[in-house]
Amino acid sequence: MKAGPSCPPEKNRTVDYDVLIIGAGMSGLAAGIRLAYYGKKVCIVERHHRVGGLNSFYSRGGHKFDVGLHAMTNYVSKGVRLAPLPKLLRQLKLKPEDFALYPQRISVIKFPAKTLRFNNDFNFFVQEVVDNFPGQADNFRKLLKVTFECDELNLYAKPVSARQVVGSIISDPLLTDMLFCPLMFYGNAQENDMEFAQFVTMFKAIFYEGFARPQAGVRQILDVLLKKYRGCGGELRMKCGVKRLECAGGRVQSVTLENGEVVMAATILSSTGYVETMRLLSDYDPANFNYDVGNISCMESIMVLDREISDMGYDTTIAFYSNSDTFSYRKPDRLVDVSSGVVCCPNNFQFENPLPEAMIRVTNLANFDLWDKLGEKEYEDEKAAWLQTALKEVVKFVPDFRDSIVFTDVFTPRTIYRFTGHINGAVYGSPSKIKTGRTHLANLFICGTDQGFLGIVGTMLSGISMANLHVLQKT
Amino acid sequence: MTKEQIRASVLEIIGQIIPDEDLSNLKGDVPIREQVELDSMDFLDIVMELRKRYGIEVPESDYGQLATLDGSVAYLGPRMKNL
Repeated sequence: MKAGPSCPPEKNRTVDYDVLIIGAGMSGLAAGIRLAYYGKKVCIVERHHRVGGLNSFYSRGGHKFDVGLHAMTNYVSKGVRLAPLPKLLRQLKLKPEDFALYPQRISVIKFPAKTLRFNNDFNFFVQEVVDNFPGQADNFRKLLKVTFECDELNLYAKPVSARQVVGSIISDPLLTDMLFCPLMFYGNAQENDMEFAQFVTMFKAIFYEGFARPQAGVRQILDVLLKKYRGCGGELRMKCGVKRLECAGGRVQSVTLENGEVVMAATILSSTGYVETMRLLSDYDPANFNYDVGNISCMESIMVLDREISDMGYDTTIAFYSNSDTFSYRKPDRLVDVSSGVVCCPNNFQFENPLPEAMIRVTNLANFDLWDKLGEKEYEDEKAAWLQTALKEVVKFVPDFRDSIVFTDVFTPRTIYRFTGHINGAVYGSPSKIKTGRTHLANLFICGTDQGFLGIVGTMLSGISMANLHVLQKT
Repeated sequence: MTKEQIRASVLEIIGQIIPDEDLSNLKGDVPIREQVELDSMDFLDIVMELRKRYGIEVPESDYGQLATLDGSVAYLGPRMKNL
């Protein structure tokens, strides 16, 4: 098929860039740093006026809010080298101090029948499981063995159901569900099950390694990435969406931007999602294209309080709760599912200087379609109503802070769609991941959410790995 | 560059990638990755630094030749002799 008449590939025109990256989220920026550092001519195009994509920030009512990131997973103390976080820092030529990470205090998985606590000391968590589930002690050790023997970074491994693997080892479904709860909430695109390699990645990221928060939250990470990228000579174009990828001869020949400009690049790395990228192709044919789109989206409520939650006696950093002993992780059939969720207290990390404002964040699964079809007035009313419903669940185990709320902001799947462009506001993208990043076009690759290394550190490693594999190693 | 200079520059590159490892006792004939904690991503950076600093292109199929320090010096010798 020939490229559209609007932009014939000009024979004599040389490429404008070695690599064009779509999306200035964490994976795009990380890929950009690698490529620019090693002398590639790189341009990142970002549709919004702000970088970060799903992990971003905004101000409202004089308060500064973070989106996405509750905590950085994969925290290891200085000196550990062969783990994802130090690997990432080395690849991006950053120092551990650059992210100014402060470890969590303690987190919990709270189900009606049991509570499991964990911090950044893995042995503490193992003991918690053994104490709470003495009958499962041997099975849990067996699960650990299987987990640590899995090579979760193998790009060519066949996907296996984690429910099946874990269920065949752990015979108490309560323990299984409690283990899955945080791992799914923090990085699973699939409903009710997850791929085992993904389970292993998240298990290590959350339980074996742990949580920390940059002093300045997501801004800190994005500022560091952006500064590094620009310092290496990378170009970033904001408010610059991609309209179409013109393809011919099994390659992307040129990129048409929303402003009409045509850009040529030898390689394209897209972090905007697999299906979302395919829809940009000039030969995209919806009739012959069938691919899973993600369904997992959420509502997040962020509250500014007039006093610290720790002063009310609540020290927990992050709580993953379910008010039923059977945890279900799927798109709810109502606007929001408050039967399970995540509660994060950003000031309950071990900071040297506390954050300027007391805050609490609550995340619940939500239904994109139902939110999307609401009119403006209904939308605002439902947001307010669901906030109250969500809080009613939360104050069953968090001291009742509702009288201390001075400001609230709620965002929904609709907001997520607006800022990430992910179909259905799917926070973790499609359930089918493309680990190699390859597409049917020889010079177009996927990085970020749909490549499949999830979590904050994972998504940056995704950008790095794809830049290494498809550009640096090849030229 | 002489063989000694090439060896020194390879060591300097490794030292920059993994600054907290002691490289003083690195044996020339044993794979580098068996002696220090260097993963495949770090290894790629040795290749990338050689290109960045000296303009040397090492194709992927030749990466294995850089597994040991002696191997690296032998492989890079003819390519760096005029630098």
